[in-house]
Amino acid sequence: MDRRRFLAGTATIVVLPFASARATPGSMAAAISQVVGDAAVRRGRVTLDVPPLVENGNTVPLVVSVESPMTAVDHVKAIHVFNEKNPQPNIFSARLGPRNGRAVVGTRIKLGDSQTIMAIAETSSGEFWSASADVIVTLAACLEEAS
Amino acid sequence: MMRLRIGLCLASVFVASLALAQGGIDKRRSGYQDMGPSLQKMQDDGTANPGMLFVQLGAQAWATPAGAANKACVDCHGASGATMKGVALRYPAIPEGADTPADLEARINLCRTANQKAAPLPPESRELLSLSAYVAHQSRGQPIAPPDDPRLAPFRERGAALWAARQGQLNLSCAACHDDNAGKKLAGVTIPEAHPTGYPVYRLEWQTLGSLKRRLRNCLVGIRAESYAYDSPEYVMLELFLMERARGMAFEAPAVRP
Amino acid sequence: MANVLINAPKTARRGEIIEIKALILHPMETGFRPGTNGSIIARNIIERFTATWNGDEIFRIDLSPAIAANPFVSFFAVATDSGTVSLRWSGDEGFQVEESIAITVE
Repeated sequence: MDRRRFLAGTATIVVLPFASARATPGSMAAAISQVVGDAAVRRGRVTLDVPPLVENGNTVPLVVSVESPMTAVDHVKAIHVFNEKNPQPNIFSARLGPRNGRAVVGTRIKLGDSQTIMAIAETSSGEFWSASADVIVTLAACLEEAS
Repeated sequence: MMRLRIGLCLASVFVASLALAQGGIDKRRSGYQDMGPSLQKMQDDGTANPGMLFVQLGAQAWATPAGAANKACVDCHGASGATMKGVALRYPAIPEGADTPADLEARINLCRTANQKAAPLPPESRELLSLSAYVAHQSRGQPIAPPDDPRLAPFRERGAALWAARQGQLNLSCAACHDDNAGKKLAGVTIPEAHPTGYPVYRLEWQTLGSLKRRLRNCLVGIRAESYAYDSPEYVMLELFLMERARGMAFEAPAVRP
Repeated sequence: MANVLINAPKTARRGEIIEIKALILHPMETGFRPGTNGSIIARNIIERFTATWNGDEIFRIDLSPAIAANPFVSFFAVATDSGTVSLRWSGDEGFQVEESIAITVE
């Protein structure tokens, strides 16, 4: 075995970031239905801004923006973000209102693996709008000692 | 004073000749340039860069009296920290009265034991990282400028030899990755040139701030070699070599890295 | 201001929409990671971040273990009147931090 192949081999022995049960597309769907109930979730109005390829899944910048006038009669009430492969399907739930002016929320998330994430916005009229994004997570080639 | 002037003179001659030798084009790459735009933005934005939390803690530690002498850093060095501008660019260096080089963390601890009469801060402790981040941040944007102290040369040479020596179960040297194969991929990751431009650095892998020493230990583990003890002189030798290798590059501390 | 960084304008025009960004030192330990002894490290996260403007809640976000260590949150607010914007973080192990900033609305 030459060194490159050996290296490539060792490089794939990576830390499993999460040891226990993972969220699955099924559990993500279950978490979503807990939030939306029987209502229809339509695609659109929501922009999920997340890098398509991240160098490390521990800190992934994410911004959710929703098209909305954010007035007293027509605004976004809540933004929820879900994932399908972390140990749990929920990432965050934000409560908003006309005082926000813009329906935009930013944070940084952890992704245990390459996967699809989904953002759902709930409007004051009870509609649900969504966007999803695929993120590829590359893993560190060299590991630190357990600490 | 005389020695300092000669040193400065030599330094400018060296930098000038280096620039000439490279035809004025510096091909060295900071790890910053290998990051995606979202991580670059995280480093550049003072309220998005988590390393700045440690700079803020460092500013508080800077003003807090410690030790039997009940003195704070501000009592000798001033409240603004501006007196520390440029300091991180020239370490490791040989402290006054010593005959071996100390890195910035060791220099801070020297101040603690000698002037504050306090116990040294443990390696990678939040307080030591915060103080070094605070001091290092004062030099952000400045070119790395190791001192031309001839006494450093033998230590730097030993650092260069360590850099080139194969070790560990993978029988790799630092140079095998970071000189010979820098810019290529190891698994999904671009191998960086390993310039210490941003330490202490907020590494996403660590989810916290860490020193250059921690990063070097990380590499040693990566090649399945035994890491040196935290107080081993080998780290300082490698740091001396790396800072010389990065001479003139812009200092970024606290940097963000994957 | 022990361990929080807040970025918001000090002054704003009435009705202007301003961005508020906040960063706090916290490990956000997931409760899913084994420690060096093999046993799981207990979960320790911030569960909720709330913003009030002169006492009225204007924004709230419930966080999960999937939020990165040293959580960063950004949101927008309409500058209604001069006063105090208070940011509150609460979570496991009795974690409670509150920081306030003054905003002048002209």
